Amino acid sequence: MALDEIKIGGLGASRRRVEDNRFIRGKGNYVDDIVLPGMLHMELLRSPLAHARIKSIDVSKAYEIPGVRLVLTGEMMAARNLAWMPTLSYDTQAVLATDKVRFQGQEVAAVIADDPYIAKDACQAIVVEYEQLPAIVNPFQAMESDSVVIRDDKENQPGNKIFDWEIGDKAATDKAFAEADVVSKMELHYPRSHPSPMETCGSIADFNRATGKLTVYMTSQAPHIVRAAVAMVAELPEHMIRIVSPDLGGGFGNKVPIYPGYVVAILASILTEVPVKWIEDKTGNLISTGFGRDVYLQGEMALRKDGKMLGMRMKTISDHGAFYADAQPSKFKIGLMHSAFAAYDLPAAHLESVGYYTNKAPGGVAYRCSFRVTEAMFFQERMVHAAANDLGMDQAEFRRMNLVKDDMFPYRTAFGFLTDSGQYGKCLDIGMKAIGYDTYKAEQAEARSRGKLLGIGISTMTEPLGAGNSREYDILGIKMFDSAELRVHMTGKAILRTGAMNQGQGHQTTWAQIVAHELGIPADDVTVEEGDTDTAPFGMGTYASRSTPVAGAAVAMVARKIRAKARKIAAHLLEVSEEDIEWELGRFYVRSNKERGVTIQDCALAAYSNMPDGMEPGLENNAYYDPPNLTWPFAAYFVKVEVDAETGVWDVLKVVAVDDCGVRINPMIVEAQIMGGLTEAYAMASMQYQTYDDQGNMIGANYMDYLLPTAWETPGFELHEVVTPCPHHPIGAKGVGECATVAGPAAFVNAVVDALGHLGVRNIDMPMMPNRVYEALTTGKDISGMPPVMMGD
Amino acid sequence: MYPSRFGYEAPKTIDEAIAILDKYAGEAKVLSGGQSLIPVIKLRFAAPEMLVDINGIPGLDYNRVDPDGSIHIGALCRHEDLENNELMEKHAPTIAAAAPLVSDPIVRTRGTFVGSVCHADPQGDWAATMTAMGGHIVAQGPNGTREIAMNDFVIGPFQNTLAYNEIAIEAVIPAPKGVRVGSYLKLERRVGDFATASVAVSLEMNGETVIGAGIALASVGGRTIDATAAAQSLVGNKITPELIAEVAAAVAATAEPRTDHRGSSDYKRQIVKTFVTRILTGLATTSQKAA
Amino acid sequence: MTSLYDEVQAPPAEGVPTRRVTIKVNGADRTVDVEPRLLLAHLLRQGLKLTGTHSGCDSSNCGACVILFDGRPIKSCTMLAVQADGHSLETVEGLASASELHPIQEGFKEEHGLQCGFCTPGMMLAAKALLEVNDDPTEDEIRWALSGNLCRCTGYQNIVKSVLWAAKKMRAEAN
Repeated sequence: MALDEIKIGGLGASRRRVEDNRFIRGKGNYVDDIVLPGMLHMELLRSPLAHARIKSIDVSKAYEIPGVRLVLTGEMMAARNLAWMPTLSYDTQAVLATDKVRFQGQEVAAVIADDPYIAKDACQAIVVEYEQLPAIVNPFQAMESDSVVIRDDKENQPGNKIFDWEIGDKAATDKAFAEADVVSKMELHYPRSHPSPMETCGSIADFNRATGKLTVYMTSQAPHIVRAAVAMVAELPEHMIRIVSPDLGGGFGNKVPIYPGYVVAILASILTEVPVKWIEDKTGNLISTGFGRDVYLQGEMALRKDGKMLGMRMKTISDHGAFYADAQPSKFKIGLMHSAFAAYDLPAAHLESVGYYTNKAPGGVAYRCSFRVTEAMFFQERMVHAAANDLGMDQAEFRRMNLVKDDMFPYRTAFGFLTDSGQYGKCLDIGMKAIGYDTYKAEQAEARSRGKLLGIGISTMTEPLGAGNSREYDILGIKMFDSAELRVHMTGKAILRTGAMNQGQGHQTTWAQIVAHELGIPADDVTVEEGDTDTAPFGMGTYASRSTPVAGAAVAMVARKIRAKARKIAAHLLEVSEEDIEWELGRFYVRSNKERGVTIQDCALAAYSNMPDGMEPGLENNAYYDPPNLTWPFAAYFVKVEVDAETGVWDVLKVVAVDDCGVRINPMIVEAQIMGGLTEAYAMASMQYQTYDDQGNMIGANYMDYLLPTAWETPGFELHEVVTPCPHHPIGAKGVGECATVAGPAAFVNAVVDALGHLGVRNIDMPMMPNRVYEALTTGKDISGMPPVMMGD
Repeated sequence: MYPSRFGYEAPKTIDEAIAILDKYAGEAKVLSGGQSLIPVIKLRFAAPEMLVDINGIPGLDYNRVDPDGSIHIGALCRHEDLENNELMEKHAPTIAAAAPLVSDPIVRTRGTFVGSVCHADPQGDWAATMTAMGGHIVAQGPNGTREIAMNDFVIGPFQNTLAYNEIAIEAVIPAPKGVRVGSYLKLERRVGDFATASVAVSLEMNGETVIGAGIALASVGGRTIDATAAAQSLVGNKITPELIAEVAAAVAATAEPRTDHRGSSDYKRQIVKTFVTRILTGLATTSQKAA
Repeated sequence: MTSLYDEVQAPPAEGVPTRRVTIKVNGADRTVDVEPRLLLAHLLRQGLKLTGTHSGCDSSNCGACVILFDGRPIKSCTMLAVQADGHSLETVEGLASASELHPIQEGFKEEHGLQCGFCTPGMMLAAKALLEVNDDPTEDEIRWALSGNLCRCTGYQNIVKSVLWAAKKMRAEAN
């Protein structure tokens, strides 16, 4: 009898999460929960200025405070060749500033003391003399010919431009525009946003002089990359470095890069020979660690008057802060921005991207995003919205006409990606029905007659998730693939380890479900471990929705290797040849006699007690999975809003999400990922952003200014699903963690702009705060750029 | 997140507390709810030498209406005590309307009404409410108690007129001449945000006729704004749409907002005008129904 | 017992004042000497090793540190440890008995009310305080009561469902 897959927690089971058992008891194990004997505490002194030359640093007063053990400055780091470190985009970043500070909040000195209160006291006692320099706070200032050069530490860096890059077919695009009936234009700013996981970054560095081993407990989404980087930067042998990521209190891309605090804590532990804990405060996290977005997006679309898209030109001007520290595949300068319009049958496209240094925090991380696809899809769906209006076409019908049809797969996009599957029209239909699209125009007109402003916004997209394949995707030369290692014990229980790193996605639960699906071992019988580089197989970590597409595939593949060996054992136990063996979930049987069979557990026991002659004992293996392509989930989001004409306050009346992420391993978890993503989309559309005044002071460096929505403002969500299996993934799954954050913002903005459409408003840049919406609706003008910081009267 | 060092005393009587304040001659701070004070201390924006924790002093946690109709709120009455509070709903509807809008629900369990008034934050909900209702603070010092009217109490951003050795022990709102009605509206981008603009309205009615009017604004100037003068045209009249429009415009003109990332000064005035209009329109409807 | 921070059991440096306080934590009296400036959240986490209470922000906004103080929810990062002298605290570690989860804990697991788990203890304690005064809350009442607690993962919808689940179970148990 085959097992009931849902009952054993296999594919498709909304299995309750294993990790919850510790979290709901307050027994999670986050970095700050770990206490090592004799541990000291580190606090960082940060620059109050955005751009200044350091004239002197006097630490003598800090040493006078009882309990202070060590004070580190850039000079001391430089003496050990550690004042600078490489970034993930072939640039360098200061660990502790030596020559200049280049953004507000930059790390200047570190105090190591008996407790963090004392360390903070000592930070205040350090005297730094600065000579202030002009601050550059946007790329337009950075590109001026007479502007101050931020990176005067670099040779061959005459101005502030980092890169000038292009992709696409310029000639074909020019031709499309020459033949167009209508050209529609759009200019946007995607404001700087911070992933801001609830838990900040932090680490405990523990260097053991006796063994020579360095153990670092840290908040990393990619511990193996950290191990490699530490080996290179600190010149320690890689086998003597152990990186352990314990439970992470969220990541969202913020915990991919390597930050100065980690490096300083490592040196501090080497010097003091005791463990050194560094836990960043929230301001430190918001002011200095990897942000997302901060891009100006301009473009235009060539259209035939019947609505057919002919071509698209796009230009991005991006602000990378003081160090080019984007976490992205190294081949591309602006991430996967060229995934824009991948869902549309668009014959020609061209993208030009220019990036600049500014006196702002470095970053450009993939904030719940597969490397700038969030900006790409936002531009795409705002452009599509404007184009439909310019043509006088219905939003949904314009999309339906131009979306790639089901029979066109595999489809080569204008920028060269290969999308492979989807039912875009079906998703659109389901969403339209759920939001009540048919009756909406009449409803909107009726509401307007009563002075009420109703709007519906649509956003449809496919995005590339799950880098790589290794031919095209690497970070600093390290190819992007992932791994799994499975050991089945003699009683049929198992332990699985992967190179991914959970931050709340529920890997402990879902990876076991893949094993259950492939082997029929109940999910409850499978332990899942991640994050310890001494035990986990090498992997590139978790970000860019790559865990299920890559590590999840590796789990399926390693389970299949185990099954292949178990089949030989089964043949031996059943005394038939392997060719006569059939498999059903959890059991091998003799083809001619289904009653005669052995379970996977029988095979496991035999692997240790009764293996065939010549067979290596044991039942364990590993798999490195290099995906043939990215996965291409599709999403259609619909948002309905009502705008208060007297205040500009907009209320969300309904949100409908239709997601096709292929086969769902655990539907409960998938749905929760979508809801979390929609919330971040709502946050960015409404309130969550960071900006700087003209002196380079950050607005949004704490939760009083950096607004995250609460349960009260956050709308409810209605979810629908369509399943088009991924053709190349072993279990047909696609990435999903980021879809809603990527495509959601445009749905909210399109809804508000739709509500104001009759007034001539074409664009309101995010954040759509009430005052900006009010200004748009009273003036009929677009609202562009960042809100002013403080203008006075 | 790690405060500087300070001393700490938890006196059991007001007199003891005053003696400690006196001894520290301006270097000590009173700790009541602590929901504004502790955040600034832990961010090291403030570093007092001594904290005088009054939470252990018995008998200060009351809110009551005296037989004469005056409302008395003790120094340790928490924000949440004023939420879903039948006394307030009946006698001080402006307080009842503002109570759920103060900060967030967790802060409201600890923060105090009187402490918030003393904090003199230009964004403070309670200072605006007290001003609209014509309230005063009772301060106790080494030489006994004195009453300080709201306009004499809050004199600037985060500045009150308590002497260093005085404690605000009670907030008092005098008895109304007629039936007190009122409300409070606040525009905030999310729960717990600093407001873009807030409006407190408190009227005293005789049937449908207004016999007393107070309006105050928060977040639209460097201090709490008393717009009561601009509301006086209501007095002696029924609330009509024409009068509402006149008062709303006059009140908006008293605002002194600055343009910032929450909006332009014009926008904030528009919010004040809208909120005054909405509150007065609502009160007109209720008073018609009551009459 | 001197409890200043982590493993530092030595007496404090000369001139550093401490106060002896006795606090009932999850039903048991704990007596510790603390510096006045020590935040209650830090005493719980470091001194008393109750690491289920989290520190999420510096500005008293996030609610990851919410505990019950004499039965009412407070932000333990916005109270001094010395202020808890003579009071009774409940942290997430006090929710479950040895053998049984609290219905709120069950609810969060059943309705997938958590992902990274960092905000969860504070959310559950804020929810417990709500259910103590309102045993049959509406969705809006739950959203309002939890609006002093931030979550970055869930989008709140499943948290609301978790609290509804718990309320239903608690009502059934009460009858």
